[in-house]
Amino acid sequence: MADDVLVEVRDLDMAFKINGQRGQPAMLHVLHKLNFDIGRGETLGLVGESGSGKSTAGRILVGLFEPTGGSVKLFGRAITGSQRRANLAAVRARLQFVFQDPHAALNPRMRVGDSIAEPIDIAGTMSRRDRNERVKELLEMVGLPRDSAERFPHEFSGGQRQRIVIARALALAPGFIVCDEPVSALDVSMQAQIINLLMDLQARFGLSYLFIAHDLAVVRAATHRVAVMYAGSIVEVAPKDALYDNPQHPYTQALLDAVPRPNPARVRPPVIGGEVPSLLVPPPGCRFHTRCPHAMPRCRVDIPVLRETEPGRQTACHLYDSDTSSRAQRGIS
Amino acid sequence: MTAAPLVSIEDLTVQFRTDRGWTTAIEGVSFDVAEGDCVGVVGESGSGKSVTALSMLRLHARGTSRFARGAVRYAGQDLLRAPERNLRKIRGRDIAMVFQDPMSSLNPVLSICDQISETLCLHQGMTRAAARQRAIELLDLVRIPDAARRVDEYPHRLSGGMRQRVMIAIAIACRPRLLIADEPTTALDVTIQAQILELLRDLRTELGMAVMLISHDLGVIAEFARRVIVMYAGRIVEDAPVDVLFNAPRHPYTEGLMASMPALEGGTERLYAIPGRIPDPDEPIAGCRFGPRCAHVQPICQAAAPDLLAIDATHRVRCTPRTRSLGTS
Repeated sequence: MADDVLVEVRDLDMAFKINGQRGQPAMLHVLHKLNFDIGRGETLGLVGESGSGKSTAGRILVGLFEPTGGSVKLFGRAITGSQRRANLAAVRARLQFVFQDPHAALNPRMRVGDSIAEPIDIAGTMSRRDRNERVKELLEMVGLPRDSAERFPHEFSGGQRQRIVIARALALAPGFIVCDEPVSALDVSMQAQIINLLMDLQARFGLSYLFIAHDLAVVRAATHRVAVMYAGSIVEVAPKDALYDNPQHPYTQALLDAVPRPNPARVRPPVIGGEVPSLLVPPPGCRFHTRCPHAMPRCRVDIPVLRETEPGRQTACHLYDSDTSSRAQRGIS
Repeated sequence: MTAAPLVSIEDLTVQFRTDRGWTTAIEGVSFDVAEGDCVGVVGESGSGKSVTALSMLRLHARGTSRFARGAVRYAGQDLLRAPERNLRKIRGRDIAMVFQDPMSSLNPVLSICDQISETLCLHQGMTRAAARQRAIELLDLVRIPDAARRVDEYPHRLSGGMRQRVMIAIAIACRPRLLIADEPTTALDVTIQAQILELLRDLRTELGMAVMLISHDLGVIAEFARRVIVMYAGRIVEDAPVDVLFNAPRHPYTEGLMASMPALEGGTERLYAIPGRIPDPDEPIAGCRFGPRCAHVQPICQAAAPDLLAIDATHRVRCTPRTRSLGTS
């Protein structure tokens, strides 16, 4: 995978300036030292609850936010630091974004064909005839009739609209697409269609995806590797099967336990209490220690870093520190 | 099942006024809710699950909706035709409701205490002081920590999960006999969803009330309900005890829905996708409304709309081929 790393994220930090108590300006640290790579043709899932920072990370990767620390390299070019503008301009055509709500992502007064062709028009590289031909080709790729171009978004269902949004994302033949909750606004029977479409397109064009979602089952169906986020940090990254069959971080374990299964005979393990902490006053040490069933004294002091626990997987948890006597506890968790 | 049901819905058919005339949102919906029962209603958007729930308390806007047929029987009255004055006594006291979005269901300018007290003062004629005391007890009951302090706070100070707990506290304030929960956890994160479902389950046993839980999530339904009603395009397509429905579904739509659901266990081969899309309520479809998407469709399915038929004492299915052998067996 070493030569084929398309996205390289190192120590990514993000803070927003907000109005804190009594109007005092305050910094809201939404991302804390993220590290991950995405390979060519790979889908990395980014999963977490609301406020975990997953959407912010996605927006940084397509250049919508400038991070406050760390580095991001796309296609080998740094889009952080002094070369940001030039490098972002060079890679922009190869980056695309698919949003959650296909109703809001399409201009209701624009014909579908014009929405799909908008990236082409902005790039200004195609004749009128080629452009219209390309639109029809794109509609076919996403499984819509070729004559849909003349119609308006309201004539399509939610699932079909998401297909239109995907066609638009494909218009300039990108290499990397950030999909932010692409199926969470859709019904179950439509979700499966869109996930299958994204996977078919990946196989056909060698696309890489960052697939952001809160639904763990959807992430399992749509990705190769998964990063789990909690309160602005990545707590665990692992190949999909390893993560779901043998979750290491206590938060990943709690999250998986909490998902209701379509199996009435299942006895659900005890639910973890508490709620996600405020990012304005994050707890010291590990941000999960306030809810963690395995919290130790050092979890309240030291922030755990993401480190390799097995080849190809990393976990940020003191239970897996080689220098602590807590290794025995791994058996329990 | 032998005792008289708490609420009985018979042939409920609801229409809404649109630009093109009256559109039928649900048709021929019939089921009973027994005392202390736990019914799950599952379906995708437009299946009519929320319309059914709102009809039970006649909460649709008058003028733009009408009950073309049917009845909702509760305590000797038909709630669809009872005088508004009678309904006002039932809503929030005998039958209470929790909605999906706790943010927009709470009044942002009233304190939690005011909002819980409202229903207590109205239905039980409590004084404000007594209602405040009861409000604190209710917040305790829905496991909000530090209830005596939280009771004076305003909704914006609470997280989504805490707001939904307040909504539940309001709903159970008068110890209803039936609690209708319409997607109560859909807006919440998964760990908070688990907490709320556990709370609802505990309260159901503690208070002995019946619960009707509406959800699009088969997982939520499987964990919570004892009996499940599956709706598609405004009709009930299947009605069965929860273990029967998940282990041996009989309607092709139920089967397709389960197969298309991504799972957390087992293989990760390509997902099954039900082809096509959910029909618009007005779309003319000959015979079975699931026919155009059904993997097992036969000519007989297009000939006539199938009826919801009992295949045994507790299991009803709306599918002509799957219920045809009834006469012989």
